[in-house]
Amino acid sequence: MTSESVIREPLITGGKTLHDVSEDICSRVEEKPSKSWLLAMAVSLGALAIGAYCVLMLLWEGIGIWGLNKTVGWAWDITNFVWWVGIGHAGTLISAILLLFRQRWRMSINRAAEAMTIFAVICAAMFPGLHMGRLWLGFFWALPLPNTYGSLWVNFNSPLLWDVFAISTYFSVSLVFWYIGLIPDFATIRDRAKNTVSKMIYGGLSFGWNGAAKAWSRYETVALVLAGLATPLVLSVHTIVSMDFATSVIPGWHTTIFPPYFVAGAIFSGFAMVLTLLLVTRKVYKLEDYITIQHIEMMNIIIIITGSIVGIAYITELFIAWYSGVEAEQYAFLNRVSGPYWWAYASMMTCNVISPQLFWFKKIRTNLAATFILSIVVNIGMWFERFVIIVTSLHRDYLPSSWSMFYPTIYDVGVYLFSFGFFFTAFFLFAKYFPVINMAEVKSIVKATSEKISK
Amino acid sequence: MAKGSDFLVGIYEDEDVLLEGIRNVREKGVKIHEVYSPFPVHGIEDALGYRRSRLSIAAFLFGLLGTSLALIMQVGMMGFDWPMIIGGKNFIAFPSFIPVTFEFTVLLASFGMVGTFFVISDLKPWGKPKLFDIRITDDKHVMAIDLSKNDIKEEEISKILKDNGASEVNKKNYDDL
Repeated sequence: MTSESVIREPLITGGKTLHDVSEDICSRVEEKPSKSWLLAMAVSLGALAIGAYCVLMLLWEGIGIWGLNKTVGWAWDITNFVWWVGIGHAGTLISAILLLFRQRWRMSINRAAEAMTIFAVICAAMFPGLHMGRLWLGFFWALPLPNTYGSLWVNFNSPLLWDVFAISTYFSVSLVFWYIGLIPDFATIRDRAKNTVSKMIYGGLSFGWNGAAKAWSRYETVALVLAGLATPLVLSVHTIVSMDFATSVIPGWHTTIFPPYFVAGAIFSGFAMVLTLLLVTRKVYKLEDYITIQHIEMMNIIIIITGSIVGIAYITELFIAWYSGVEAEQYAFLNRVSGPYWWAYASMMTCNVISPQLFWFKKIRTNLAATFILSIVVNIGMWFERFVIIVTSLHRDYLPSSWSMFYPTIYDVGVYLFSFGFFFTAFFLFAKYFPVINMAEVKSIVKATSEKISK
Repeated sequence: MAKGSDFLVGIYEDEDVLLEGIRNVREKGVKIHEVYSPFPVHGIEDALGYRRSRLSIAAFLFGLLGTSLALIMQVGMMGFDWPMIIGGKNFIAFPSFIPVTFEFTVLLASFGMVGTFFVISDLKPWGKPKLFDIRITDDKHVMAIDLSKNDIKEEEISKILKDNGASEVNKKNYDDL
């Protein structure tokens, strides 16, 4: 008796040839900007402009114009910081961890996801920078630079400083990883370019790439080693972010579960953001043959796994608070669930734990509209998660006389809007002028996974 | 390669035909200058007899440098240059130094390796590529053979290429690229 292994679903549909891949992706870069793109750009630039006004006011007046008070000294700024860093994690997970696991479905989505990572990390870095008040002195406060105080060095025992190193390394390494992948694709655009300006620009960006076998062999080694380095790096980044809280002695923050819990949450929100962005890009650029329902289903499966991990973490937190017997800890969690911020806790639970469970149904996880809505719901939930951790742990501290609430001002909202404006402006520019799909990698699987072979 | 030497350029459509072609052409005693592809072809290094890239060793050494520099910096600053009591910890509180050491190791390993890759592959902004065929970056594989390095006659090489899967064979001068 003979048996045949099940043939996998093709990752690239539509019977594409190698030339079709170049044509489909490069023509987006070559064509004139469409009306819908210009409109989208105008909206995000508008948000950026309003946000820029708020940022300038903040720098001029100081962070007193935020809604912070003596009790709640950290609120939206750090919430937004953690939220954006978390979003960034999906890009590295897709490009590095899935590369190590030889998951070929990453190839259609890694480029856009890595771009998202880079822009999200820039958005994240904005907030601690602005929270320092005097941004221009930040370098001296955050980096070990010689200074006139006898060279008073930064404190290497502080997780906030670890964060500086983690975020800046993460940003630099992600940027390099992304760029290495872009070089061969820029070369494709360069060799197709008709006018001198694009010849000049893409000629510069493509670094003189000629596709030699020797160069490809080195390229693959570099990609593999970078993936090996980026994998522990991405896990370390959110671990260190969680240590900003976990190494303190504030009830509600002082928990050893934070590192894995934050990393799972980061991947969860990151995949949701990748889906939000890619579903729109796929539709507008007609990339249905490259980003198939199978890709979307895979990402939804990761969302349900990480969402469930996050759910278990929430419940474990509650259990351990009760089991610890520490009154302050017990009160912190009781206050989270049933205190004045119960609505934030409830939103977090609904958006992160309950609604993603809908993805157990194949009909829902392969439905584009449902996926799009749920991906936004997840990111709302993840924002509330950070808000709950940060604000509800702080607002009722050790002295009831100093208990207070946090009310955001227009400048809290405005600076958040600024990060959105930046993120979408950068992403739209990327989608228009950079190849949104890694052409070289997709070409390498066109033959092996085309429909002709499997049928 | 000699400046201005003539090349025979074989164009291949399919990566499996190309791999088979490389093996057969080399068996016939023809020296291949280089093969160019639009994407990384699995197994091409073996077919061409290239050694495994040693860039991973470069990454390791740069990483080692990063580890050492980060530790020297932290121990020097916190332990000797300006010791301070922070949270009752030792001046040289080794566990606290692990995160920064790790990040710095990764940073130097990545940048060192990628920098080495750029230098040895001659990749730089506005670098001028030598392209034997403009379709290399689109959908064609190209096998370039330096005629000045081969003793076999041009017509014979051309025939070997065509017999081993090349869809077209063109003659190009290196200076015209």
